[in-house]
Amino acid sequence: MYAQLVKSEGAKPREEMTAEEIAFQDRIDRGEKIEPKEWMPDGYRKTLIRQIGQHAHSEIVGQLPEGNWITRAPTLERKAILLAKVQDEAGHGLYLYSAAETLGVSRDELLEKLHSGNMKYSSIFNYPTLNWADIGAVGWLVDGAAIMNQVPLQRTSYGPYSRAMIRICKEESFHQRQGYDIMMKMASGTPEQKAMAQDALNRFWYPALMMFGPSDKDSVHSVQSMAWKIKINTNDELRQKFVDQTVPQAKYLGLSIPDENLAWNEEKGGWDFSEPDWSEFFAVIAGNGPCNEERLGARVKAWEDGAWFRDGLMAHAEKAESRRRASRMAAE
Amino acid sequence: MSSEWPLWEIFIRGQHGLNHRHVGSLHAPDAEMAIRNARDVYTRRNEGVSIWVVPSNSITASSPSEKGPLFEPSNSKVYRHPTFFDIPEEVGHM
Ligand SMILES: [Fe+2]
Ligand SMILES: [Fe+2]
Repeated sequence: MYAQLVKSEGAKPREEMTAEEIAFQDRIDRGEKIEPKEWMPDGYRKTLIRQIGQHAHSEIVGQLPEGNWITRAPTLERKAILLAKVQDEAGHGLYLYSAAETLGVSRDELLEKLHSGNMKYSSIFNYPTLNWADIGAVGWLVDGAAIMNQVPLQRTSYGPYSRAMIRICKEESFHQRQGYDIMMKMASGTPEQKAMAQDALNRFWYPALMMFGPSDKDSVHSVQSMAWKIKINTNDELRQKFVDQTVPQAKYLGLSIPDENLAWNEEKGGWDFSEPDWSEFFAVIAGNGPCNEERLGARVKAWEDGAWFRDGLMAHAEKAESRRRASRMAAE
Repeated sequence: MSSEWPLWEIFIRGQHGLNHRHVGSLHAPDAEMAIRNARDVYTRRNEGVSIWVVPSNSITASSPSEKGPLFEPSNSKVYRHPTFFDIPEEVGHM
């Protein structure tokens, strides 16, 4: 979801595996965690770098649509809450970049790939946040969908990734609740406020469903990733769970899900719902969403404008270190 | 031109007289900034009362491939565990 289209490598039937690969798969099947310096197949390493990197990029780019409203939050309290929420997302990005770095890639390399368009981030962050109700919808739906995906990933096979997900999950529930709290306020406000809340739900519903990635029948990389336990549930399973959880929450708000085909299905014990427009999803992923250019532009600008600051602190640190060395030598 | 800030491993002591525990890593130009950044990255919710930062490249780790021979001596000494000894019930708690 935050990693929607991760190409996985090295799928192999057991008969074709080397002894090392079999032993590795057996460890994963036993539920053991794989730690950084241990032997792992090259495909496992590469797929993980891609997935964790994409996940980290999503956390960082995900700050932009919400950051857009920090200065315009309706009260000082809402502003402080939103600021704390957005700061958490920066933290999530950093936990994940450090997890990726244990696999032998540097954070700068990952950032370079994001900035040059060679690595993706979640499609959801290419939609605009037009009014305050959107901030409610993002917390409720986008963080809600993120939680759905991240909770099972706490059990992922790669130790540093699993530990990062555990930290992240502890912090996410605040995000979803503050969003729902905004929605409750708006939905019980004036008719205009309620209309804004409904409009936000209308615009974010399908993009939120897309967060789980393409339908299972089109999701070619799932099988290997699931064998390696770097993906725990299929896209459709998680999407169904998300819909089942969200429908009663919308009902409580007195808002309607923008889907004529939404219907309770007694037999499966869940809701039937319409698929999002997958051509839109692939267009957004390919760079043609409403805000792709703006988001990536903001990231690249922040990186370039911050270069003097990074260099300045490094130069200061090097100078201080050489002064320390000189005074130590003088004392000897 | 830009070189990446070095990597630091972060250890945090939680509230109740516990050991410092490894929580993750981060980049910072020097030790002082590493501590400041660690406060923001790893203790936003009162997770600690003390922070240690250690340059990642100063850590020497045991090699995973030698796990067997390295820990074998302790594996084979089951008598180090109290459950190795049967103490009659009449003796009472021991
Ligand atoms: Fe997050
Ligand atoms: Fe979040």
